[in-house]
Amino acid sequence: MSTATAKKAVLKEDSMWLQKEMINRNYHEVATAHASGRKVSATFVPGNLNELLMCFDFARRLPETDALQNGLRKKSGKMIMDAERDGHSEDVCTYVKADLGMMLQGDIGPTGEPMPKPDVLLLSYTGCFTFMKWFELVRQKYDCETVMLHVPYQGDGRVNPAMREYVVKQLKDKVIPTLERVSGVKFDIDRLRGYMKESVKAEEDLVGVLQTAKQRPSPIDGYFGAVYYIGPMFTAFRGVPEATRYYSVLRKEVEERMRAGKGPVTPDGDHPGEKYRLVVEGPPNWTNFRDFWKMFYDEGAVVVASTYSKVGGVYDFGFRHDPEHPLESLADYCLGCYTNLNFPQRIDMICRYMDEYQADGLLINSIKSCNSFSAGQLLILREVEKRTGKPAAFIESDLVDPRYFSAANIKNRLESYFQMIKQKRGAAQAVAA
Amino acid sequence: MKTFIGIDLGSTTTKALVIDEKRNVLGRGITNSRSNYDTAATIAKQEALVSARFYLFHNALENSHILNGALDAFLGQLERDFRLEQYLEQLADLEQVCQRNVGSAKFGDAAKGVGLALAKLFSLLKAEAPQLFVPGARRKSDFFRDIAGAQYLALGEKVAKDAGVRYDMLLNVFDRSIIEVENRVYADSIKAHLLAALERTFVALPEARAFSQRIRKPIQSVLDTELEETYVVGTGYGRARLPFSKEHIRSEILCHGLGAHVMYPKTATVLDIGGQDTKAIQVDPHGIVESFQMNDRCAAGCGRYLGYIADEMNMGLHELGPLAMKATKTVRINSTCTVFAGAELRDRLSLGEKREDIMAGLHRAIILRAMSILARSGGIRDQFTFTGGVAKNEAAVKSLTSLVRENYGEVTLNIDPDSIYTGALGAATFAWRAVVEEGKSAEHMGEKVAA
Repeated sequence: MSTATAKKAVLKEDSMWLQKEMINRNYHEVATAHASGRKVSATFVPGNLNELLMCFDFARRLPETDALQNGLRKKSGKMIMDAERDGHSEDVCTYVKADLGMMLQGDIGPTGEPMPKPDVLLLSYTGCFTFMKWFELVRQKYDCETVMLHVPYQGDGRVNPAMREYVVKQLKDKVIPTLERVSGVKFDIDRLRGYMKESVKAEEDLVGVLQTAKQRPSPIDGYFGAVYYIGPMFTAFRGVPEATRYYSVLRKEVEERMRAGKGPVTPDGDHPGEKYRLVVEGPPNWTNFRDFWKMFYDEGAVVVASTYSKVGGVYDFGFRHDPEHPLESLADYCLGCYTNLNFPQRIDMICRYMDEYQADGLLINSIKSCNSFSAGQLLILREVEKRTGKPAAFIESDLVDPRYFSAANIKNRLESYFQMIKQKRGAAQAVAA
Repeated sequence: MKTFIGIDLGSTTTKALVIDEKRNVLGRGITNSRSNYDTAATIAKQEALVSARFYLFHNALENSHILNGALDAFLGQLERDFRLEQYLEQLADLEQVCQRNVGSAKFGDAAKGVGLALAKLFSLLKAEAPQLFVPGARRKSDFFRDIAGAQYLALGEKVAKDAGVRYDMLLNVFDRSIIEVENRVYADSIKAHLLAALERTFVALPEARAFSQRIRKPIQSVLDTELEETYVVGTGYGRARLPFSKEHIRSEILCHGLGAHVMYPKTATVLDIGGQDTKAIQVDPHGIVESFQMNDRCAAGCGRYLGYIADEMNMGLHELGPLAMKATKTVRINSTCTVFAGAELRDRLSLGEKREDIMAGLHRAIILRAMSILARSGGIRDQFTFTGGVAKNEAAVKSLTSLVRENYGEVTLNIDPDSIYTGALGAATFAWRAVVEEGKSAEHMGEKVAA
């Protein structure tokens, strides 16, 4: 992003500035944690127990976010190649390889500050089996304490009380005692309740923001824009008062745009006008994020809802953290993560978005190196097509490996897809007339 | 008269197709895409308009009943004479450019000798030119670069030897000159070439000469009819290079879907194997695309795969299919990666497998890849239309037919001999619809081509 466009976008949205500052400040906090006597934790975005970690004063690292930020800053390509030279196969998740490559390069974080060795790895296992292998490698490298929270998969498409109890029991018997021992801070459940009160307010506002996309035109892009909006909530800020303020500011901004009948803000300014409303499944490509986004808004496409913007927590169907039942709600949060849902649930969710957000079609961006979630996406596509009667399309790229973004091919398919929607719409109107 | 033109800028060739207000196909044109899409589009369109003139000649002469029974032979001769006229003009142009480039090349003292050798070489090329266009003459391709290049190489060696100049200097001059000539559009001379060709034809066919005045009249009247480019739609990988606005551009998926529907109205599934991609398209009964899948990540199993294998085997692309048809068994080739398949090919050869049997295996490998893309798009439904350059390859068609039967049972398989023009036909139909059904008028059309 050039400075000029950054400033232009920032002038329009104060929240973007605020978000960027928060993320950068967290990197600084992590970098200086050991010097200021704080311990450092590392954990993943899905099933991220941020409020709990805050109870022990941890500075909080998120390896996926490091990889993503390095991808956006065009640093991940070299890191991935370094990790491959170190022995990791071409087929391994590129978030993992970017993270390992960053370590091999001396653990300098995306903002240029050195990243400290984590004191504890909190592995909340919520459906992505790569997480386990990833932290195994990190533990081997740093020789640090690891604690695992095993979250049962929603194989039957629902959470039963035994599943919840099982998670709570692990929190009480294993996770909390480990975090106490590593941090030297005694667990205080009222402190957890306090953070959760902040979380609820922020969650409420985030849902409000994402649901403005039900309007025509949508004032936000529920994918390319939403990845900014979910930043604080899905990382080290859920439960922090600053995040609550951020979401309140953001919601006001977005609702103002909605009242003014404006479309989303793009890196090139206002959206040129909504022609196609899409639901997207799968993460975006980070190494060519702007180019990828441009392929959509240049053609008048707006993403109105995405599953990826729920990857760090599914809030739009009513779940909120509950200060009255803090440990149980952490369990529910983990159990309800998008990555922990089974196929029929993912399909239902997408169909519901197609309907509630009046989408013209579904687009799947399948991640080449994601063995957990790319499997079965074609079945999702077929099923959604069948149930909604709306056209779907499939493209492939990667998270942070720049070698797997073929701009000409993706653009070609997207344009074909948009024209196909237009043609089908024309045919439907002709039939109606 | 009003015409509607579709141009399909492919990775290997650029195709154009012209239809009239009744959606009759008037003409088709094809040229190599070069690295210059602008020129390729202009030349393909010009070729299509020339072919449209021949179609109109045919109709006009048929109506006048002058050449009853001899009409096709007459028009065949006229077309060959026209090609010869075109070839001679380009040859003269090439000679000029070559002579100029000798001047700027750093040949030192040898320059003069090279210049003289060139003059000799081109006089031979001109003398041999008519032989290239006699009935039944075999040409490696119809593109000037290929025809002239082959002749230049064949005759150049002896000329160089006789003149005592280095052969590689002659080659160097050709390489530096051909791109410039190839990218030149000779639009203005088309009418003149047609009239000159007519004179040649009267010489070649004395029996027609007897009616020359009666033949000239309808031909002149066709030449006087302006072929108005009412609306042009472009498609294909190079479409962004076309000199017109977004309104005039459609994706090749839509164009192939519609083109296949126009050729075979009962088409439900389309497979297109082109130079760099393989597309599986599902269309509804109106030719509207319902879903599509394309090859991803790499171009394994596309037309280029066969091109690569042809190079590896030191054969022409068009010879592969016939060789594979001679197979008595199919050697298993596992890789659809073009480069790996080359390695497998050499491996099987070293194991003593027969070339034709290996070829059969390679054709099956690319069709297997297409089958997987078809499955992703929702499978094969009746009727199934196969398009693209590879649809001309009989061995590929044979593999496809048997795999379709194995996996989907009896399905009607349509292959049009002009299937390479499917995308262009779809584009031309979109152009026709834009004007006739949607009442649009053309925007900027690029330069007019006088044909």
